[in-house]
Amino acid sequence: MRHSPAVEVNGLVKRYGASVAVDGLDLVAASGQVTAVLGPNGAGKTTTVEICEGLRRADGGEVRVLGHDPVRDATALRPLVGVMLQDGGLPNTQRAGDVLRHVSRMYAEPADTGELTERLGLASFARTSVRRLSGGQRQRLALAVALVGRPRLVFLDEPSAGLDPQARRAVWDLIGELSDDGVSVVLTTHFMAEAEALADRVVIVDHGRAIAAGTVAELVDSGGTTTLRVEAAQPLDAAAMALALGPGFTVQSAGRTACSVSGPVDPGAVAALARGLADAGKQLTRLELGRRTLEDVFLDLTGRSLR
Amino acid sequence: MSETTVPGAPRAASVARRVAAQGTFEMRAVLRNGEQVMVTVLLPLILLVGLARATFVSLDTSGTTRIDLVTPGVLAFALMSSAFTSPAISTAFDRRYGVLRLLATTPLGPGGLLAGKLVGVLAVQVVQVVVLGGAGLWLGWRPDAAGIPAAIAAWLLGTAAWGAAALLAAGRVRAEAVIALANLVLVLLAFGGVVLPASVLPGGLEHVAGWLPSGALGEALRAALLHGTWAAGPLVALVAWAAALSAAAARWFRWSAA
Repeated sequence: MRHSPAVEVNGLVKRYGASVAVDGLDLVAASGQVTAVLGPNGAGKTTTVEICEGLRRADGGEVRVLGHDPVRDATALRPLVGVMLQDGGLPNTQRAGDVLRHVSRMYAEPADTGELTERLGLASFARTSVRRLSGGQRQRLALAVALVGRPRLVFLDEPSAGLDPQARRAVWDLIGELSDDGVSVVLTTHFMAEAEALADRVVIVDHGRAIAAGTVAELVDSGGTTTLRVEAAQPLDAAAMALALGPGFTVQSAGRTACSVSGPVDPGAVAALARGLADAGKQLTRLELGRRTLEDVFLDLTGRSLR
Repeated sequence: MSETTVPGAPRAASVARRVAAQGTFEMRAVLRNGEQVMVTVLLPLILLVGLARATFVSLDTSGTTRIDLVTPGVLAFALMSSAFTSPAISTAFDRRYGVLRLLATTPLGPGGLLAGKLVGVLAVQVVQVVVLGGAGLWLGWRPDAAGIPAAIAAWLLGTAAWGAAALLAAGRVRAEAVIALANLVLVLLAFGGVVLPASVLPGGLEHVAGWLPSGALGEALRAALLHGTWAAGPLVALVAWAAALSAAAARWFRWSAA
């Protein structure tokens, strides 16, 4: 029997005044999997997740969370869904350990707070007030709070923002274990590495719409393109290189003497590139062939300009 | 297939346990915070002892003892501080830091959160009544026992009105501004017919003050505990304030800062 998805969003629309934050977004998060919602800041990730959590109301479209309507069936959903907000949501004046124990009291059979404390390394600051915690300590406490009710589904909004590498590793390990235990995870992130490390499926969101979705491998392989990194002893001319390679390739300058090429890089393309450089009297110093990373896919889809 | 019937699905604690847990959490937050203890317990205690003992402040006691006149007023002031000042400030910060939103996603829910806050306020008030009432009795206060039901009615109605006002402020105004507003309102109103009868105020103010939720609470408590009577006018005023402020809070309260 096929499991119904943990989260199903169809044609979601949310406006704030005149601006459209979510503009017909579709999203499916499979049961028991980690789904990463990846997008630049302001893409509509947080708004989408907050609508799924029942914190905001949609202006249009359909949202099902564990088969329920997040607003109408909120009472049934709250014990099943754990939430980590982007801004933490932790009471500043309380001690970390007290906050975790307090939230655990809302559940009939909460997780063992001692075990969570150890797992996430909270013990060293359990008696410190939330106000005095570092950003990373706060994130770990917020994650523990999201998990203390043994949820079926967790929404994690930017779970590793502000974490140092060790803490990030601990958080990633824990998220991996959650999905091993059959917990569905929906996380938002703008870190490619996080999506690549954790996600069974990635949904790339931009301007309030899902513009691509699939496994990391599917997204990276789409179009069969790979990347080529070129460095030379002399300054490189991206336009001339694109001309030498022919249609289907994009060449981006990466500094005066380096370029990156993406497109259907086959042996002929490598030869054409090398010949073009030789004709122009340029000495190759480095040639690196690589698969596209999720970052390349993301930047190709969402554009490279800052915003 | 249906997720609601999955065996062993996580369950919420009972409503009573959730609300009690939130109430305890809120009460401890007040009683562990020095400033809050100052405003809700120590300041009223100083007022009580000061007004009862400092005979250089002349009071028209209309034939009653100073302590009998002053204690109900100080109780009214204390109940306002716990129903308005302290929840307005803490809820404003909870709103800013997303605490209201996070707790709303737990089984506590928005309704349970409000119920828990009310339980927390009432718990702090029980502490206030015990401490201030006890101090009053020790100083010679002899309340009219027949007025206790009326006093409790005034207490609850005043708490409803001021609690709704706290949510209205916390749900609309920036947290720092709420600190200033809540303390200012407390101090201004304290002397507007709460601690002392409105009749000590100059001319025109006397009539206005008696109809404010502060003055009405003070008058209702004084009528109950001094004379054992139900003060119909002030109690009706409190009902009207409680209804109007609750409706306003329900209409304008915001859970999130953005």
